[in-house]
Amino acid sequence: MGLTGLEIFKQLPKTNCRDCGQTTCLAFAMAVATGKAVPDRCPHLSEAARDFLGSASAPPVMPVKIGAGSKQVEIGNESVLFRHDKRFENPTAIAVTVCDTLSNGEIAARVERINGLVFERVGQVYKVDLVAVVNSSGNPGRFAEAAKIAAERAEFALILVSEDPAAIEAALDCTADGRPLVCGANAANYQAMTGLAGRFGVPLAVRGANLEELASLAEKVAALGLRQIVLDSGARETAKVLADQTQIRRQALKKFRPLGYPTITFVDHEDSLQAVLQAGVYVAKYAGVVVLDTVEPADLLALITLRLNLYTDPQKPPAVESKVYEILNPGKDSPVYITTNFSLTYYSVAADVEASRVPGYILPVDTDGTSVLTAWSAGKFTPEKIAEALNSSGIAEKVSHRRVIIPGALGVLSGRLQEVSGWEVLVGPRESSGIPSFIKQQWKT
Amino acid sequence: MAVAMVKERWPGRVMELVIGREPHAVKAGGESTLPFLHFEGEIPNRPLAALEVWDVEPEGWPETLAEAYPGVTRDPVAWAKMCEDCGADLICLRLAGAHPEGKNAGPAQAAETARAVAAAVNRPLIVIGCGVEEKDEEILPAVAGAIAGQNALLGCATMNNYKKITEACLSYGHGIIASTPLDINLAKQLNILINETGIPLDRIAFDPIVGPLGYGFEYAYSIIERARLSALSGDRMLATPVICFVGQEAWKTREARSEDGGGWGDQARRAILWEALTAAGLALAGGSIFVLSHPASLNAFKKHLAAMMKPFTC
Ligand code: B12
Ligand code: SF4
Repeated sequence: MGLTGLEIFKQLPKTNCRDCGQTTCLAFAMAVATGKAVPDRCPHLSEAARDFLGSASAPPVMPVKIGAGSKQVEIGNESVLFRHDKRFENPTAIAVTVCDTLSNGEIAARVERINGLVFERVGQVYKVDLVAVVNSSGNPGRFAEAAKIAAERAEFALILVSEDPAAIEAALDCTADGRPLVCGANAANYQAMTGLAGRFGVPLAVRGANLEELASLAEKVAALGLRQIVLDSGARETAKVLADQTQIRRQALKKFRPLGYPTITFVDHEDSLQAVLQAGVYVAKYAGVVVLDTVEPADLLALITLRLNLYTDPQKPPAVESKVYEILNPGKDSPVYITTNFSLTYYSVAADVEASRVPGYILPVDTDGTSVLTAWSAGKFTPEKIAEALNSSGIAEKVSHRRVIIPGALGVLSGRLQEVSGWEVLVGPRESSGIPSFIKQQWKT
Repeated sequence: MAVAMVKERWPGRVMELVIGREPHAVKAGGESTLPFLHFEGEIPNRPLAALEVWDVEPEGWPETLAEAYPGVTRDPVAWAKMCEDCGADLICLRLAGAHPEGKNAGPAQAAETARAVAAAVNRPLIVIGCGVEEKDEEILPAVAGAIAGQNALLGCATMNNYKKITEACLSYGHGIIASTPLDINLAKQLNILINETGIPLDRIAFDPIVGPLGYGFEYAYSIIERARLSALSGDRMLATPVICFVGQEAWKTREARSEDGGGWGDQARRAILWEALTAAGLALAGGSIFVLSHPASLNAFKKHLAAMMKPFTC
């Protein structure tokens, strides 16, 4: 960042070999300049160019990858303090703990439960991201064994939590392929830990007793050649963590390099409701990783939904394509539901149509991804627009009747819609959750 | 390594709004920094948490919520006392019974309910209408008179009905809630209009109409955050404390209501968390007054706020 496309272009090999995925070196340079690609994507950079571009174009918060293959998550790469300034980039990775003091069977069972923390929402799958294996036993051999079981069973990458280099080495010996995050280094052990992280090619979390110590440690670790660094300010009290997270992000945006890395936070509240609220603060305020101790689906559903909301792009409301959707193999007599193409609205309706067990067609009208009342207030969900969608979507060929169900909130439109479309209009319930009982009573063929 | 702390020097601050009368008055707002950033400015008041009381028995409440108020949901006075015992900082009386499509209670009846509740509790009052603009401008003036001098917070005033409500608040010594749908410019405009009628800015709370987790939360979060930044940057017209009606929204969601969400975990826990985490999230954006529905969410939220307000050395 800060460099122009041309300045970057000068550093490239100019062979247009396409190995970076771009068609030309110039295109690649432009992509780097606008933050759409990182310099490392070009495998042919000279050492000097790599150094120059690496430090000059690095985003304020270094992107760090944890895990390998399909289990990989990226954290960092953030460039703003507030989501409304642009957007937040990489959602906070949520990690759930597994202690090595559990028996092997218990470890396997807990990992299974963590694997099950997967939720579907508005047509997408959301889940936790990491399993944090914690060396509570103090025994390197035991820790390695626990890590191995977790690595074999978990559908997620690992964090290895131990400040004992011997334990980390033992665990890395059997799990390094999965590129776990080592957590980690402190003032006393950082040389050994950095050595291990370098040797096994894994990212490293660094803990300072405060921000000053953290900055100097991060700098020393970087000087030893490691760049995949994650920061832990050592604070554990919620308000203090918030202050540190804010300070680290502000420092990073000011390009104070020693703090230009993503962060890791730990939730330690013994009250389990409080723990979720505490985690919520860290998700909202800048944590790259949040580690917590619960496998309750309710806890994670709430937290993941918060994360999803905060990390959506404020410029683009999530929308679905405006076309006829078929739920449960509908036929000629099946009901036709009208809604909007706001993802949240469409999927609420789709879930409830499915729950009714009566097959049906859903036609989301293109309202620029806004909800029913928002669209209506903004003049984007008019009888004319609905009629147009009925005519052009091909739904008329799929059904033999001419009856359409509209959202209850838009009852006022029914007369006009009937007039302009020629379809008979049924006003549905206000909430889509009313669809199952509505359809059983009102839909007779 | 010395790290030069980045501290913003904000020229503005959030208005401080007093609700209720001594010795039971509470204060909202007054911050000179972003939420809970104790290292940077003053945070004289912790955010407030109110519980909702209805003048009529609520219909369609999920059992998890109704169960929290055994035997009192037909008696607003007993209900309000119970909320006071549960630790609510304020009582929010919702005159749902005035809704024209429901019981259609008139101004006299609404006023009587408000008077009875005010007489029964020490906690300061928020009184809101039924949400139908024409009806609210009819009943709220009567309510304002019935609890004259109590320094309650009345609402919700909108672009269409603020004049009569403002007038009543001025005459009888109450604060006012200005409500606009998720739009920072509209919020500012309504604050200006209300201010022009003679109500000082420190007598207004603004309601951005919040969405709960998963249902528009992010819009509310960003609008509240932007309003706080404007306030701190010196825009007095956006510096009124923010009130968030979280309970009514959180308990509408599928996540709070459905018993079996296919792997969503225990319903009661999920519902409480939905409400508490929505509130905690919006507090982090800059909300000052939170109206909640369930005593357990209130407890969790207040406990969380205590942790966020805990001073620490930096
Ligand atoms: C988030 C939000 C916004 C977001 C937009 C979000 C989006 N992508 O749509 C933003 C901030 C941009 C916004 C803007 C505006 N908003 Co707005 N907004 C909301 C809010 C808080 C939530 C809306 C939401 O997401 N609901 C969730 C979805 C799933 O609900 P839904 O689409 O209605 O679907 C449900 C039902 O309708 C039903 N359903 C849906 N389809 C179907 C189909 C059938 C067949 C059936 C049976 C049922 C059914 O089931 C669904 C689930 O229950 C509401 C208030 C609230 N708390 O509800 C106000 C609200 C909708 N907004 C409102 C207004 C006025 C506006 C603005 C015009 C304000 C302004 N002056 O700028 C602008 C318009 C913006 C524009 N030009 O496009 C008003 C509408 C007033 C009215 N009664 O007409 C509301 C109700 C707020 C209020 N109380 O005043 N808004
Ligand atoms: S990989 Fe490197 S050399 Fe090849 S086109 Fe891309 S930038 Fe140019």
